[in-house]
Amino acid sequence: MVDASQVDWKAIDSRPEFQELHRKKMGFLWGLMIFSMVYYFLLPVGAAYFQDLFKVKVWGPVNVGILFALSEFVVAWTLAWVYARRANTVFDPMAAAIVREAEKAMGGRK
Amino acid sequence: MSSRRFAVAAGAIALAAIATPALAQGAVAAQYRWLTFAVFGVIIAITMYVTYLAAKRVKNVADFYAAGGGVSGLQNGWAIAGDYLSAASFLGIAGLISLYGYDGFMYSVGWLVAYITVLLVIAEPCRNIGKYTLSDILAYRNNPRAARIVGALSTITVSTFYLTAQMVGGGVLVKTLIGIDYEVSVAVVGALMLAYVLFGGMVATTWVQIIKAILLVTASILLVMLVWTPYGFSLPGFLQDVVGNKNVQAQVALLLGDAGKNMTPEQLGQRFLEPGLLFKAPIDQISLGMALVFGTAGMPHILMRFFTVPTAQDARKSVIWAMAIIGGFYVLTLFLGMGSAMKVGAVNIKAIDAGGNMAGPLLAQYVGGGPDSMLGNLFLAFVAAVAFATIVAVVAGLVLAAASAMAHDLYVGVIRQEHVSQQEQVRAARVATVIVGAMAITIGILSKGQNVAHLVALAFAVASSANFPCVLLTLFWKRCNTGGIVLGMIVGTVTAIGLVLVSPNITYPLAIKAAQEKIVATETANLAKANADLAAATEAPAQDKLKAAIAKSEKAKSAAEAKIKEIGSDRTSIVGLEKPAFDLRNPGLISIPLGFLAVIIGSLLYRDKRSEDMWDELYVRQNTGLLLAKPVAH
Repeated sequence: MVDASQVDWKAIDSRPEFQELHRKKMGFLWGLMIFSMVYYFLLPVGAAYFQDLFKVKVWGPVNVGILFALSEFVVAWTLAWVYARRANTVFDPMAAAIVREAEKAMGGRK
Repeated sequence: MSSRRFAVAAGAIALAAIATPALAQGAVAAQYRWLTFAVFGVIIAITMYVTYLAAKRVKNVADFYAAGGGVSGLQNGWAIAGDYLSAASFLGIAGLISLYGYDGFMYSVGWLVAYITVLLVIAEPCRNIGKYTLSDILAYRNNPRAARIVGALSTITVSTFYLTAQMVGGGVLVKTLIGIDYEVSVAVVGALMLAYVLFGGMVATTWVQIIKAILLVTASILLVMLVWTPYGFSLPGFLQDVVGNKNVQAQVALLLGDAGKNMTPEQLGQRFLEPGLLFKAPIDQISLGMALVFGTAGMPHILMRFFTVPTAQDARKSVIWAMAIIGGFYVLTLFLGMGSAMKVGAVNIKAIDAGGNMAGPLLAQYVGGGPDSMLGNLFLAFVAAVAFATIVAVVAGLVLAAASAMAHDLYVGVIRQEHVSQQEQVRAARVATVIVGAMAITIGILSKGQNVAHLVALAFAVASSANFPCVLLTLFWKRCNTGGIVLGMIVGTVTAIGLVLVSPNITYPLAIKAAQEKIVATETANLAKANADLAAATEAPAQDKLKAAIAKSEKAKSAAEAKIKEIGSDRTSIVGLEKPAFDLRNPGLISIPLGFLAVIIGSLLYRDKRSEDMWDELYVRQNTGLLLAKPVAH
């Protein structure tokens, strides 16, 4: 049976494929994370300090504040969808290739 | 666990539930109470049957803690939604919207956005490197003993805070709805929860969550359909009716007091759709938002959910499903809350429960035909039974998290150093479950009548200030090590709890005394005026009216006097303060950055060879899932 001590983790870590996965993933993840935090905190900040803007009626009794709160839901779902798409089409295949290579290397050593 | 033992235990619980003595008045009229019990019975029977089926599948410790990693992404998504749509969020948010309009709805946004954090940086890495608990993640590259001890202590702390809040909330809910004694309600919730966890472990807990989440969402969709159909599913049409509604206008006028005197009814109604009726301190609102969006990712019972799916892909899929379900549900709360504000009215909602928690169930009663109709009471019974199942299921998840910390991390990992057979581990898990369960029931009963809102704030504060920084930095920061984890856990927990203890959440006798003395003064003045008027009044109707007013004032006065007497010579809160030393109700704004800082400083000051050596392994594994389904050498 293969166990963790038989794998040369350092070698995998320093492979260019892994470094590329790391770079792409980190940039993407933290980008989304920062965007979602900024967008979320606009709601309490707006409700507290920009009440006049939030009170503007745009669609019958529906005001900017309600639309903005509803947009938080849409943005959260969109972010989740964007992340899932990127993970499925880019990160998963890259990770799978690294795993295949690593398993081949392990098989060769035994 | 043998099916005979299960049948005996289930029978005993059913008997305890039926033989409930001393029925007080609840929201359900006496002649319809049998209906409520019948609906409760059916739902409990379904979950018990599921537990019976699950009990046969629990053979080893992985089954008990993590359902053998055999839960699909979709199933786990529903279970996460079930864990999350606790009574506090489901009943509480609809209630807040029904009483405060826009501000209540703003609350629900944070609960959904929290899952972005979980999705992006927590779910997949945790699935790839963890086994059953929060401590498994922390112990991976840090000193396993130290990491397990701090992880387990934090898990038990957070779970106990959250658990107590749920138990007390559940007891009050059942008492309010159907009038069963508080102590009996708490004991029944505890006994049912123990049955699910003890016999069915994570398999049963997961399925109970799924069933309950589906019931909850179905009931809410049905209610919203009934409320929204008359407006042809038009948002402006529906809200226009909210603005023009007499109940809504009266509630806003009450909330605004003098500030609303010169407003037209139309303006008052529109004010309900604008921010500022509930939240007075903006900075506190931001602090609460931080605790929600970072605390959810540090909740031990939420983290545990990711160990029940086979791969990181399933973990991702389950969070996305959960976000769809939770988000969809919270959009519905807008209609539930606003609908209840119109149809039931704040006065009637507050008459049953001052916090507004009954807004949803009462709306169900209304759309079914009102308090005197069979259908209305059937709807109410259904929503009430779902709320009850919700509390039981959430408590089950929390008990499982706390029991796993006790049995898996402390007993197996630290005391016995992993030299424990499968059977012994399962037995340890069950013993720990009974201990935690008994503790939960006892604390629940002892906390009768306590304000437990600060306990939820505490749970989220500790999870966001201690657990979250430790988990995040150990997963993503190369220099992070045992020193950082231990210091971060201690500083995060201590500052979070410490700041809540000196915050306005705690009871301050002097403040209460001053408020009650003000009531006494006002009512004394009212009494003097009413008595003078009475002496001058000649007509019988006017006299009767004044007499009623006098009786009311006297009652209010004596209630306030009784409260002052109760406080007696107490001058300070439980930590010896006369007034809050820290103004925020939610300490996140201060304690979360402090938690991160402590992990960073601790890591930089401490040198730990293992943490450095294991970094490559942890980082490769959390990103690739290499070796996941295979035996791990630890």
